[in-house]
Amino acid sequence: MTQHLNTLAFGIYPYVAVAIFLLGSLIRFEREQYSWKSGSSQLLRKRQLRWGSNCFHVGILFLMFGHTVGLLTPHEVYGLFITAPQKQMLAIISGGAAGTLCFIGLSLLLHRRLFDDRIRATSSTADIAILALLWLQLVLGLGTLPFSLAHSDGHTMMQLSHWAQHIVTLQTDAAGYLLEVDWIFKAHILLGVTLFVAFPFSRLVHVWSAPLGYVFRPYQLVRRRGAARPVAGEIR
Amino acid sequence: MKVRAQIAMVLNLDKCIGCHTCSVTCKQVWTSREGVEYAWFNNVETKPGIGYPKDWENQQKWKGGWKRSRSGKLTPRIGGKLRVLANIFANPDMPQIDDYYEPFTFDYAHLQTAGESKAMPTARPVSLITGKQMEKIEWGPNWEEILGGEFAKRSKDQNFDKVQKDIYGQFEQTFMMYLPRLCEHCLNPACVAACPSGSIYKREEDGIVLVDQDKCRGWRMCVSACPYKKIYYNWQSGKAEKCTFCYPRIEAGEPTVCSETCVGRIRYLGVMLYDADRIEAAASTENEQNLYRAQMDIFLDPSDPAVIAQARLDGVPELWLEAARNSPVYKMAIEWGVAFPLHPEYRTLPMVWYVPPLSPVQAAHEAGHVGWDRALPDVRALRIPVQYLANLLTAGHEAPVVLALQRMMAMRMHMRARTVDNRVETDVLDQVGLTVEQVEEMYKVMALADYEDRFVIPSTHREYAENTFDIKSACGFSFGNGCSSTAGNTGANLFSVKQTSAGHMAPRVEFRHIHTAGKGEV
Repeated sequence: MTQHLNTLAFGIYPYVAVAIFLLGSLIRFEREQYSWKSGSSQLLRKRQLRWGSNCFHVGILFLMFGHTVGLLTPHEVYGLFITAPQKQMLAIISGGAAGTLCFIGLSLLLHRRLFDDRIRATSSTADIAILALLWLQLVLGLGTLPFSLAHSDGHTMMQLSHWAQHIVTLQTDAAGYLLEVDWIFKAHILLGVTLFVAFPFSRLVHVWSAPLGYVFRPYQLVRRRGAARPVAGEIR
Repeated sequence: MKVRAQIAMVLNLDKCIGCHTCSVTCKQVWTSREGVEYAWFNNVETKPGIGYPKDWENQQKWKGGWKRSRSGKLTPRIGGKLRVLANIFANPDMPQIDDYYEPFTFDYAHLQTAGESKAMPTARPVSLITGKQMEKIEWGPNWEEILGGEFAKRSKDQNFDKVQKDIYGQFEQTFMMYLPRLCEHCLNPACVAACPSGSIYKREEDGIVLVDQDKCRGWRMCVSACPYKKIYYNWQSGKAEKCTFCYPRIEAGEPTVCSETCVGRIRYLGVMLYDADRIEAAASTENEQNLYRAQMDIFLDPSDPAVIAQARLDGVPELWLEAARNSPVYKMAIEWGVAFPLHPEYRTLPMVWYVPPLSPVQAAHEAGHVGWDRALPDVRALRIPVQYLANLLTAGHEAPVVLALQRMMAMRMHMRARTVDNRVETDVLDQVGLTVEQVEEMYKVMALADYEDRFVIPSTHREYAENTFDIKSACGFSFGNGCSSTAGNTGANLFSVKQTSAGHMAPRVEFRHIHTAGKGEV
């Protein structure tokens, strides 16, 4: 029974989640682009936002990057430079620092959203729910630190990255790697996968729109009526 | 040379009576919706004053417009592209809604539903954001109406730069004027440049600057970059919104709502031809005081055969060229030199221009208070300091403003001499460099201001129109997500899209009353 549930949660659910994440994003972009936005509340209240939003975003971007690289880099590749225990220590230190930064920011943002009259009154259920979910996920993530420190041989970390790599490479035995790991890792992964499900239904979609192309476009944009694409501008 | 056309506007401040009809009709049409209650695409300010939003002209504070580097390169004052992206999580240069004002209504229902009490029931203010009672209304869209408030606060007005302002605090010396403001539909718009998602654009055909509502992601950089603070963040939809120059009306050859409804007939709409290749050079002019001249220089003479030939090559329709030749904007800005851009020093090359107001002069000059400058009363002795007007319109360069005021005064003196005394005041006209024909046309356009003389708008041209077959059965103009097929009339939708309807300005949260009407009470 436990094994079946384990397979359902960590072998099948991730694929369902990714399908919802990708298809949902695509459909929303195609059909509901007007709702595609960052949903900033800065106009209504600056207080707590500068620290909250900056700490949160810098922290979470680092964590996203760290998780992707950390989980998906094959052992054979980083093994050329560092050992698994060393990598685990690196992950604990850098992830712990970024996680703390993110925690400070997210707590400020959540506090602001719940207890500022203006922000609370103009928040949708999804706005509050997604912040709460992220906060919970962050707490679980930080909660893994003592567990990781307790077994610093890198074995659990190897199990986790095997799971991730097997999921990504479509191997059916992925869930097996998580059978033995501590409950907190399971909870963190389960909620993490759930965030992918929530993604297209919340303001998280703005992550897709990180405006990196801005750096390369000319300052001025001119459009011809009926033309879908802008005509190149005059200035740079 | 690349010829482009734009529908530009001139506002004759000499005739503005500050009635706010433009603001109100604009609001009724465009911003009477949740999320933009605080936004006025058109507002009328009493000057001197700090305006709406507070102190908008202070670019040290708000960082609007462009900055010219020593090498002559322009960057938005909020910073280059990397700095813009670095500030995307929390924009340090963005006003909070209180800098505009917290939108409010009044609890009118309480007047009817209050129980018996010793004191008269009152309608307390209620915030349109939180739905809760507000202790006190601290600021509004026109808080300084007709010099409201203390001079000490109003005199923070940036246009007092280089003016000995203290004496204007005295009742006998005080002066005022109205300044209606809307989006300038600039040739070098800073909002377009600052938009990380590239959702703001200038239309090639008529120069109108619009926000692509689908593409806007709410990064809010445009709000900071616009030095006129005429882009607003809709807190409900999370999108930027701005004056659309009533483009659906312009396309049909009709004036904007603010122009159409202006009771003082102060607004003019006409086609201006300009050289798109010279925009950057003009905006980068080194000396701020030469920016007005530089912008004049990129406007093209619509009667010049070379310009007409190039315009045809660049696809400007014949109807537009004809409209350009009859453009009241061209006449006022170029031929008579009486209209000026608002704050050219922001380097955005704005396309809504202003005729400076004459201030009470006739009575004073008859009473011998005004000195004479040859055949004309000395405009420097007018009640509104010339330096103040120059700070507003020419980056502080007084000469063009002085000439414009003299020409307007000359027009009055000439017409008075002709109609009352039946003679021609050639001395006056010679002094300001106008011919009798010119000044009489000025009188016709600026004083009589017939509808046909004020609005010379070519209707949109076949070449500009979309393929109408493709847009058959499509959604027409609508607000918000009104055209969405998935968020239709069912009320339920997958992506928690809130439907916005026009005309919705009731408070978000229904407020409850402690006292409710008892039995038998009406």
